Amino acid sequence: MDPLSTLWETFFDADAMREALPEMLTVGLPNTLILAVSAALLGSVLGLLLAVAGISRSRWLRWPARVYTDVFRGLPAAATILLIGVGLAPLGMQVWGPDPYPLGILALSLIAAAYIGEIFRSGIQSVEAAQLEGSRALGFSWADSMRLVIIPQGIRRVLPAWVNQLIALIKDSSLVYFLGLVASQRELFRIGQDYAATTGNESALLLAGLCYLALTVPLTHVVNWIDRRLRNGRPATVSTEEDDDDIPSYAATEGDRR
Amino acid sequence: MTTATTTSVSLDVRDVHLAFGPNRVLRGVDLSVPRGATACVIGPSGSGKSTLLRTINRLIEPDRGDVLLDGRSVLGDDPDALRQRVGMVFQQFNLFPHMSVLRNVTLALRRLRKLGADEAETVARAQLELVGLAGKANSRPAQPSGGQQQRVAIARALALRPEVMLFDEATSALDPELVKGVLGVMADLSAAGMTMVVVTHEMGFARQVADTVAFMDRGVVLEAGPPEAIFERAEHQRLRRFLDQVL
Repeated sequence: MDPLSTLWETFFDADAMREALPEMLTVGLPNTLILAVSAALLGSVLGLLLAVAGISRSRWLRWPARVYTDVFRGLPAAATILLIGVGLAPLGMQVWGPDPYPLGILALSLIAAAYIGEIFRSGIQSVEAAQLEGSRALGFSWADSMRLVIIPQGIRRVLPAWVNQLIALIKDSSLVYFLGLVASQRELFRIGQDYAATTGNESALLLAGLCYLALTVPLTHVVNWIDRRLRNGRPATVSTEEDDDDIPSYAATEGDRR
Repeated sequence: MTTATTTSVSLDVRDVHLAFGPNRVLRGVDLSVPRGATACVIGPSGSGKSTLLRTINRLIEPDRGDVLLDGRSVLGDDPDALRQRVGMVFQQFNLFPHMSVLRNVTLALRRLRKLGADEAETVARAQLELVGLAGKANSRPAQPSGGQQQRVAIARALALRPEVMLFDEATSALDPELVKGVLGVMADLSAAGMTMVVVTHEMGFARQVADTVAFMDRGVVLEAGPPEAIFERAEHQRLRRFLDQVL
């Protein structure tokens, strides 16, 4: 066989792909999504707490948030996943048994929280101080102002970056294979790798790669779409009212109010 | 409606001092606004006008001095409760861009006044109607013109039935042709008996609407009096020079 055909066979063996496809879609895809989405949700909650702590006036909140972010952003994801997954395994054993899955999600969430926290913090800090002043002037407390006015606006502004983080999570979820998952818990990468290891053919792994792309490429377009929409505003609602120059007298109706 | 019986009250600012570090922004400000009266505060930029307004509703706490509503000091009150009694309108409107115009007005009614959704909406729509914007309720705040946005901001403050209204250069950010509409709403409010403190560069408005005009310079009220006294018979050289420059 000539080298080109060998290469073709190694990566694009249709039979090998066909064999791996059902398990890829019924086991790998759901597990990848469960890992990524759970970690995104938990990571976003933790990230929001980190963001709020990071802009707090209290150094006892600011400093731990800073240190946490530096540590979890600074470590390789693989190291964190192993440290958490293996290190906390005895604890996990007592709480939910030998299943490494929750620890995988926890590790991914802790990593994601560090990044998402920074994303949220930059968004929240980009909201003009005048918004806080406007809210406080109405009588809202600082906490209510943050919750109702500042944080919703800040998060909206960084949604594209947040979706990028979701893309990173989908890819990083492949790393939990370190933790030794049982057959039904394997995500896309692990299933591809298992097929590749048993057959010596990389086609199943390439199929796994295609599955990742099928998830991540549309998401990058979602990022672009959100980005455009945030920049240009939502499509204008049709307004038929022509009341621009019609300013009824406040005094005229004042009697009714008092 | 629980909030319909509110009436305006008198406002007294007594010897208010405030410094940001070494920068003494307010150096003993006195200002008396009888119930239902309108005081216009004029003066060069940096004279402490906007800071004064913020000490009245305690967005900034004064270092020294007192603020009284209806003769009673408010410095010991809960600041959030105080701010529901003292409405404020800003130069840049400070509307919440992520909410509709209607929700901008209902938010405080629902969360702070604990009105039900329907009742809050009724109050808000009535308030928007009073400023001529009933038709904009479902728009985003960025869609109306600047003048309309400022009228929304006024409606938002008035919906809480404040006892005093503060205006911080409410028309300074507006295109000239939009100023009149906002000043009209403010003049009507003044005529309706709201106690108001208006920081403004609109000398025509001050002359026509104010009961008292206070000239602030370097952190003090240098001269205060009825508009005709301030504009026609200014005592201080600095006030005369300021008026020469702006009129």
